[in-house]
Amino acid sequence: MTFEYSPAPESTAIVDISPQYGLFINGKFVAAKGSKTFNTINPATEKVLSKIAYAQASDVDKAVAAARTAYTKVWSKMAPQERGKYLFRIARIIQERAREFAVLETMDNGKPIRETRDIDIPLAAAHFFYHAGWADKLKYAGAGDNPRPHGVVGQIIPWNFPLLMLAWKVAPALATGNTVVLKPAETTPLTALLFAEVCQQAGLPAGVVNIVTGDGATGSALVNHPDIDKIAFTGSTGVGKGIARAIAGTGKSATLELGGKGANIVFDDSPIDQTVEGIVSGIFFNQGHVCCAGSRLLVQENVHDELIEKLKHRISQIRVGDPLDKNTDLGAINSAAQLARIKEISSSGDAEGAHRWSPECSLPEKGFWYPPTIFTGVTQANRIAQEEIFGPVLSVLTFRTPQEAIDKANNTPYGLSAGVWSEKGSRILWAAKQLKAGVIWANTFNKFDPASPFGGYKESGWGREGGRHGLAAYLKGGEK
Amino acid sequence: MLTKIGTFTRTIHGNPFSPLTFFRYNSIVQLVDGTDTSIRRFLKQLPGVDQVGAESRAAMLATRSIKTTSKKWAIDCAISMIDLTTLEGSDTDGKVRALCTKAVHPDPTDPSVPSVGAICVYNDKVATARKHLDAIGGQSIPVAAVSTAFPSGRASLEVKKQDTLDALNNGATEIDMVIDRGAFLSGDLVKVFSEIVYIKELCADRAHLKVILETGELVTLDNVRRASHLAMAAGADFIKTSTGKISPAATAPVVLVMLEAVRDWYAMTGIRIGVKPAGGIRTTKDAIKQLVLVRETAGEEWLTPKLFRIGASALLNDLLMQRMKLRNGNYAGPNYVTLD
Repeated sequence: MTFEYSPAPESTAIVDISPQYGLFINGKFVAAKGSKTFNTINPATEKVLSKIAYAQASDVDKAVAAARTAYTKVWSKMAPQERGKYLFRIARIIQERAREFAVLETMDNGKPIRETRDIDIPLAAAHFFYHAGWADKLKYAGAGDNPRPHGVVGQIIPWNFPLLMLAWKVAPALATGNTVVLKPAETTPLTALLFAEVCQQAGLPAGVVNIVTGDGATGSALVNHPDIDKIAFTGSTGVGKGIARAIAGTGKSATLELGGKGANIVFDDSPIDQTVEGIVSGIFFNQGHVCCAGSRLLVQENVHDELIEKLKHRISQIRVGDPLDKNTDLGAINSAAQLARIKEISSSGDAEGAHRWSPECSLPEKGFWYPPTIFTGVTQANRIAQEEIFGPVLSVLTFRTPQEAIDKANNTPYGLSAGVWSEKGSRILWAAKQLKAGVIWANTFNKFDPASPFGGYKESGWGREGGRHGLAAYLKGGEK
Repeated sequence: MLTKIGTFTRTIHGNPFSPLTFFRYNSIVQLVDGTDTSIRRFLKQLPGVDQVGAESRAAMLATRSIKTTSKKWAIDCAISMIDLTTLEGSDTDGKVRALCTKAVHPDPTDPSVPSVGAICVYNDKVATARKHLDAIGGQSIPVAAVSTAFPSGRASLEVKKQDTLDALNNGATEIDMVIDRGAFLSGDLVKVFSEIVYIKELCADRAHLKVILETGELVTLDNVRRASHLAMAAGADFIKTSTGKISPAATAPVVLVMLEAVRDWYAMTGIRIGVKPAGGIRTTKDAIKQLVLVRETAGEEWLTPKLFRIGASALLNDLLMQRMKLRNGNYAGPNYVTLD
């Protein structure tokens, strides 16, 4: 007998999913105006989890009005340390209900329980704790000596880190005294709706946080609403450009966190085993549904073969399957549409002459799955080197000199993240200076902290989230 | 300059080399011919180890959840890998005989429990252990002796050789030697290398050689990787983390790096070298984490007592208690397993 791991599924008994959900407006769950609903499913099984209310423009209007009232009557008048107390309370409740959030996130999103349990949910709580501490210290945040909130903020978040992106948006907005109308992604609304319960549990004043569920049209109604002061969006570059066009000339400010095609640069003096780990976490973390994924691997040519051999060996160990199993490394693709997109771009890699490799692994029959995949022999001219795949697909390119690595890394319309692997400190510092990316990791990848600003260059976005820079984006009278 | 590494190159783990393996192995041996330059050159070309990255990989693997049938398998596997150890100034023949009895039938009420991997004692207790094991049906259990002025290794080469010969003559079929950490840290790699070669020559085909790196004194993971390769190039059959007398001992990052070393050595030479963590592994959970490290780093081929051992004493009873729990559904407590 061999050492096969027996199934170790996390119990779903802890979550209590209602068969249908309304919108969370002014502190209460209310029915949407129209009768339209949409289903949210478990992408690992395709089973329907719940029926979700669809917010149309009139519902958004109601939510914005509630947020405006809460802003003018309650939240902007509250002493900052009192605001901080609510944030601390929310942070603690997220910690207390962490297991529930983790299981629900895994069911709705398809990502492994190991990641929701160890990364998504603890980091979401950490964002609330971090920003809670800032609430009464904003004068020292470097945003001028009279920092003031914008007012009502419209926030639109993606499906790849549903609760974490909510925390990135809601925590700084509330800490700085803004109120919020948030639209979660169409395929992953459940943890946002559970968060609405947390707001009730924390006794957060009604209307400070409002959650409207829906699709692109709902988001558009929010963006175009005349009483919104600021938009914060995380999602695709295409939609981000649309938002920028829509708010041009309106006086609304915006932060946009958009796509990326992160370069992960491996020099020949890298610590090779940890580099392999970093490459794996760079592209296979969260099934590659990560805007800052290290999806372009740039390897110094003289170590290419050795590195790829080790990488293949390591990828063969990746455990693909039931996201609720505590030993799963790679879960389900979030939706049929995303799976189709991954398949389409990947097939262009085959057509354009790159060499595809995946380990032998059996994928479940139901649900949306894609095996961990690497393409070697990729060139800058290939679509898979240029376009964001947003899936577990790595494109491997080579370089000969450090300057060539930098030139190739920067040769993209994006500029969100980059990684540098070398045992030589001076080379890391030199490379980090040249790279045009908002986040640069040295000898690690995909590490996040609420104190660290996150955001992109070029088509990867506007503004920063997290840290003091992220706070400034929610304040007027300070630096941009 | 050393005399050429002798007879041991022909067999490892009792298996004659294939011509290809022989060629690949010899090319390493020729590369590292015992001169200072050759050893330095060999160790310099090894990739560095990023401490933070190695620690996070080890921590991630510690989250593996091993349940039901895989846990049952892992417990029996771990029992069969234990080098059941007593290394105290207070050791007596009586204590050693008790340990041997336990080694053969760890749970007298359940004959399905496997015997342990080996008995590990100081060299003056080897004869007692061998005689008692043979008398009670434990002929297949090897006796390992710690050697070369264990645990500090601070003695002359002559004393170290004599220490080893003593153990071999008393019937030890495994020698756990310590490297000279002082020499390693001061850069006298030839001394470290040559001592291993000399001890290996004494062991020849009479005993397996385990080389203790004492990683708690080498401190950095870069040193652990270099010392692992140095020991393998000098002829170690096993590389072992610690004496058990120094803390920290067999930490997960250290074992991870050593498993990577044997994996890389196999890729280079076609020869599988064993790994033995020792010190600080006291619970079933700890032991299972070690097996997970092995499975996902070196690979399943290493999950055999021929290639992986755990140096421990208290661990055995915890494994037995967990085994009873799996069998009976309840936790029996320490008085339902024998003290020794």
